[in-house]
Amino acid sequence: MKILVCVKQVPGTANVEIDPETGVMIRDGVESKMNPYDLYALETAFRLKEQLGGTITALSMGPMQSKEVLLESFYMGADKGYLLSDRKFGGADVVATSYTLAQGAKKIGDCDLIICGKQTTDGDTAQVGPEMAEFLGIPHVTNVIKILVADDKGITLQMNMEESLEIQRVPYPCLITVDKDIYTPRLPSYKRKLSISENPEITVLTLKDMYDTDETNYGLSGSPTQVERIFPPENNVEKISFVGDSKTLANDLFGILSEKKYLG
Amino acid sequence: MAGIKIIKQNADRETYEALAEICPFDAFSYENDVLEVTAACKMCKMCLKNGPKGVLILEEAEKVAIDKSLYKGITVYVDHIEGKIHPVTLELIGKARELAKVTNHPVYALFMGTNITKQAKKLLTYGVDKVFVYDKPELKHFVIEPYANVFEDFIEKIKPSAILVGATNVGRSLAPRVAARYRTGLTADCTILDMKENTDLIQIRPAYGGNIMAQIVTENTRPQFCTVRYKVFTAPEPMLNPVGVVEIMEIGAKKLISSIEVIEVIKKEKGIDLSDAETIVAVGRGVKCQKDLEMIHDFAEKIGAIVACTRPGIEAGWFDAKLQIGLSGRTVKPKLIIALGISGAVQFTAGMQNSEYIIAINSDPKAPIFNVAHCGMVGDLYEILPELLELIKDQDTSEVPEINEAPERMAV
Repeated sequence: MKILVCVKQVPGTANVEIDPETGVMIRDGVESKMNPYDLYALETAFRLKEQLGGTITALSMGPMQSKEVLLESFYMGADKGYLLSDRKFGGADVVATSYTLAQGAKKIGDCDLIICGKQTTDGDTAQVGPEMAEFLGIPHVTNVIKILVADDKGITLQMNMEESLEIQRVPYPCLITVDKDIYTPRLPSYKRKLSISENPEITVLTLKDMYDTDETNYGLSGSPTQVERIFPPENNVEKISFVGDSKTLANDLFGILSEKKYLG
Repeated sequence: MAGIKIIKQNADRETYEALAEICPFDAFSYENDVLEVTAACKMCKMCLKNGPKGVLILEEAEKVAIDKSLYKGITVYVDHIEGKIHPVTLELIGKARELAKVTNHPVYALFMGTNITKQAKKLLTYGVDKVFVYDKPELKHFVIEPYANVFEDFIEKIKPSAILVGATNVGRSLAPRVAARYRTGLTADCTILDMKENTDLIQIRPAYGGNIMAQIVTENTRPQFCTVRYKVFTAPEPMLNPVGVVEIMEIGAKKLISSIEVIEVIKKEKGIDLSDAETIVAVGRGVKCQKDLEMIHDFAEKIGAIVACTRPGIEAGWFDAKLQIGLSGRTVKPKLIIALGISGAVQFTAGMQNSEYIIAINSDPKAPIFNVAHCGMVGDLYEILPELLELIKDQDTSEVPEINEAPERMAV
C-alpha cells in the first residue's frame, strides 16, 4: 500500500503581508506551522499503514522552509518526503497549485491512495484536493469522516454531506480529503525525531524535474485567476447596544433576525 | 496559450487509436473523420513523447486573448439532494439575474439527478431563462465522475460564461473538479459578486484568514467558476408568470459510468454536531430550571438553531456533553450565536468569540459577554423571549409555503 499525503505550511498568525506591486502574498518571515487539517490526513495514513502495511510519503509545495512540515510528518510516522520548490511555482492559484502537486505526484510515481486535509487555514478553499485528482485522472471523495473498510483493492468510506452520510466504495488509485475528527492525530515522536534527525530523506523537486517543464503552466503565469486588488475588510461589525423595555427589545431582536434572514 | 495541435492531414483513425491508448485522460476524440484534442487534455504530453510522429505539435504561443463573445449565459448549478433543492440555489439565481443585466446574458440553471424534471419547472418561477435537465437513473446519488462528466457535457454544448455553485459539500467537491478540467479559475466562498461589461465576473472573498479582502477575476479563461455559501445572497420572490423553459438534455451512457459504488445513504440525525452548526442558541446560568428550556428550544427551532450551553448546563445534566461550548467543550464559529443568560467567562468566550455575529441578552449590564457581542441587549430573557415568540407566531400565520414544501400542483 503506497499512500501519499499532501501537507502544507501555513502562517501561524493571521497577520500576513501583501506585495503591493504584484498582489502576491509575502510569506517569508512569518511564523508558520503545519496546516492543522493535514494532521488528520497524516493520522488516517498511519492507521491504514498499521492495518495494511506499505509506505507513507509526505508531499508539500512551497519555499525551502516548508521542509519543516515534512520533518514534522516524519516525526509523526511518515517514511519519505518530497518538497516541490521552485521560484517558478510561486504565486500559484488553486489551478496552478493543484497542477504542480499532480505533477509532483506523477514524478514520485505510482501510489494507491492520496490523502489531503479537508482544507487549509490560509486559503480556506478546500479545492486543491479535487483539482489535483482531476489532473491525475483519478476519482476523489471529499469530506471523508470515516473509513469503514480498507483492503488492497480500495476503500469503503463515509462522505459527510449536510443532511446525510453517503457510503461509497472507491477503488485505488483515488484521492480523498478527510474531515477533522476522522481520527485523533498523534503527537510527533521524540524517539523518531532522534533516529531521523541524522538523515532525513527529503527530496526537493524543481520545475526541471517535472514531466511537464513548460513554465507557463506553473506559478503566477499558470494561474487563470488574477487578484485585481486587495483591501481591508470593513471594520468589524459595529457594536450595537439595545436598551428599553422587554417589548421593545423583543421587537428589536425580531428585526435583526428578520434582516439576517433567520425569520420570515 | 500553449497547447497540443493536430496536423490534420496526417491524422486518421489508426493514429487516433494509438493516441487514445496512450492518453491517460481520454482526451482525444475522433468524430466524422476528424481527430481532436478535447478539454480533458491536461497537457501531460504523453502523446507527444510516445505517440505516432508527425501528427501532433506542441504550440507554445503567447497567451492569446480568448474570444469572450463565444461564451454566453450565467449558469447556476442546482444543488439538491434527491430532488429537494437547496435554498442556496435560489439565492444564486437571484444574484445571477442581477449580474446578467450588466451583460444582457441569459440566466441558466443546470440540474442533474434522478426524477427531477418536475422540480425543474419550479425553478422557472425564480426567473431562470432556461433550465437544462439531465434526468438519469445513474445520477441518483452524488458521485464525482458522472456528475463531472455531465457538467462537462453541459459546458461543451452551451458554453456558459460564468457558473455559480453553492458552497455545499457537493458544490465544493464538484466545482473544483470541473474547473480543473477546463483549467479555469474558481474562486471559493465569494461574499460579493459583480460583473464587468466585458463579461469578467468580479469575485470578492475574504483571503488569508479573513483579515484581507481580495478581488479576483478570471481574465482569460471561460467558463469562470465561483462558489458562494448559503445565506450570503437573497432569494428572489417567485414570479406569477414565468417565461423560461426547461430543456431536457441527453448524454452518452459511457459518460455516466462510475468506478465508485454508492453502497448506502444514511440520513443524519439533525443537530448533533455543534461545530458544524451555522446557528446556535447558547444558554447559561441565567436559565433557572430545566423546564424553561422548552421555550428556548421553541425559539431555536424557529430560527433553525441548535441549542447549546455553558458548563453549568452539563453539570446539571440538562445537556449532552457534546453540546457544551468553551475551552472544555467545543469551539464553534457559527454565522449567528445568541447567548442567553450567559455572563461570558473567558472559558466560554474562547470557544465562540470568532462567531460571525454574536447577540447577547443578559440582565447584568456589566456582564463580560457584552464585550464580545456585536449586539447586546440588557434585559430579562424571561420577558423578551415570550414577546419574541408571539411576534414570530403572528408572522407565521401570514406565511407563504416554501418551494420545498409546496404540494405537487405543477402540471407536467
